[in-house]
Amino acid sequence: MRETFTKGVARNIYYGGSVFFILVFIGLTVDTVNRLPTTDNRENISAEVAAGKRLWEHNDCIGCHTLLGEGAYFAPELGNVYTRFGESTEAIKAFIKSRPKEGIPGRRSMPQFNFNDEELEQVAQFLKYSDGIKTARNWPPNIQG
Amino acid sequence: MKYESQSVAKLYFIAAIALFVGQILFGVILGLQYVVGDFLFPEIPFNVARMVHTNLLIVWLLFGFMGAAYFLVPEESERELYSPKLAVLMFWVFLVAGVLTILGYLLVPYATLAEITMNDLLPTMGREFLEQPTITKIGIVVVALAFVFNIGMTILTGRKTVISLVLLTGLVGLAVFFLFSFYNPVNLVLDKYFWWFVVHLWVEGVWELIMAAILAFVLIKVTGVDREVIEKWLYIIIAMALISGIIGTGHHFFWIGAPDYWQWLGSIFSAIEPIPFFMMTLFAFNVVNKRRREHPNKAATLWALGTAVMAFLGAGVWGFLHTLAPVNFYTHGTQITAAHGHMAFYGAYVMIVLTMISYSMPIMRGKIAANAKAQVVEMWSFWLMTVSMVFITLFLTGAGILQVYLQRYSATPLSFMDTQAKIEIFYWMREVAGVVFLIGLILYIISFFVKGEEVQMVESAVKE
Repeated sequence: MRETFTKGVARNIYYGGSVFFILVFIGLTVDTVNRLPTTDNRENISAEVAAGKRLWEHNDCIGCHTLLGEGAYFAPELGNVYTRFGESTEAIKAFIKSRPKEGIPGRRSMPQFNFNDEELEQVAQFLKYSDGIKTARNWPPNIQG
Repeated sequence: MKYESQSVAKLYFIAAIALFVGQILFGVILGLQYVVGDFLFPEIPFNVARMVHTNLLIVWLLFGFMGAAYFLVPEESERELYSPKLAVLMFWVFLVAGVLTILGYLLVPYATLAEITMNDLLPTMGREFLEQPTITKIGIVVVALAFVFNIGMTILTGRKTVISLVLLTGLVGLAVFFLFSFYNPVNLVLDKYFWWFVVHLWVEGVWELIMAAILAFVLIKVTGVDREVIEKWLYIIIAMALISGIIGTGHHFFWIGAPDYWQWLGSIFSAIEPIPFFMMTLFAFNVVNKRRREHPNKAATLWALGTAVMAFLGAGVWGFLHTLAPVNFYTHGTQITAAHGHMAFYGAYVMIVLTMISYSMPIMRGKIAANAKAQVVEMWSFWLMTVSMVFITLFLTGAGILQVYLQRYSATPLSFMDTQAKIEIFYWMREVAGVVFLIGLILYIISFFVKGEEVQMVESAVKE
């Protein structure tokens, strides 16, 4: 055992294994990128959606919320918020707009971001686009996210 | 200390520990915000505190890795560092950039920070763990390149050992994969897919190489076991880490709009991911049992064994717990993820840096090991931090299981916020454990200042 499994063998497994799986991973990535147009809802990416994503990023929304399950776990999942809010961008806008500046005593509250009407629409459109991404098994498991 | 230039590591380690304290203070704030929702609101909202918590972790671990490399590489290469001056200069550049970024998070609204750093020119901000302004990211690349150059030149012009080459591979990989942080398409699925090239391929890829190399170095030093034996272990551990971990990235592609085949690939390969961590545990205990000397630095040995065990539990066991696609369908993005994240980062990366600090800091202060009293205090801090992290993980796991049941599994699912209210008790207990962790950390710092009798090195007879 000791004689056959030498340091040289271990080294070859390391180099061979890594290179092989890096190549496989690159291949799978190319395949994934080619298949994405059927699921990633790119046909609905508009200038408004792009601006909404920028607002999403510039206000670090991911620091509290999850989006498709990724992010922080302090506030609700937003990958399906458009569905949860009755497929209404107006409801999403009204919620964001109505957050109290000083928060809610003793409770978690979303900050007031002072978005103007145009910005509110952009964020809502971004969330609507995100909701349109076809996730496997239609994740999240139910409407609550 | 064999080479004068190794002492540059001291600077890096001091900064690392200072930022570690900041990270934990913000961790305690976040834990409290989970139960007292308006704590520090609106001055420091949760997302800002979380950015500070996670970014400080990344920055101090990078300081730790760099310090470890600066200590380890000259000794392995049997020559002075290629350029100690560059190492000192990059230290200050990185520290100033890091501190300014954190202050930026705290002093102005994030949207303002994005504006004044001109994020629109090259938008990279506002994604989890990659919140740093683009200018900071460019700074990180510059520091990383200068660092890899310095370390690389030292290794390539000196004695090349398996340990130093594996470390170099890990560090180069760290720098290369960070470049994906500059790719931020509007298409959310593409954005997420390549975001994992930084996050996953760091912590479940190249960082494991760095960890294994540091662990191997410290184990050679404290046990005196033959290098040949250790190097064979090292190769096979990192081989398994990359063989499982690269395709294992797929466990992040289950629910983000990527093809369905990732559910199979991600599940199978990430089910193998615990193996390298288990081998690391076997390796550490095996080598310590076969030790050929009684190194007076007992604390360093404790950290080395501790990091092997805790990395296996946190990254291996807690990772496996929710990595299979049918399970992850329910647990994805819940407190289960948070539980795993905490113990994995602590066990693998916090503890490996503390292992290196524990071994090298006394040497840089001119002695073989800290005095007995100081080591006792250090070991207390080890147990306080480690046990409280186990409890943090268990409480978050309890919260997560209930959350999954109430919000996603039961016939009458509750809303996110109603669920949160029902599992509050777990968050309170997690907060208590977090405070104990902070006490452990304070004790850790105190251990550097405890005075006592000097210790001596004892070479024991070769055991056969």
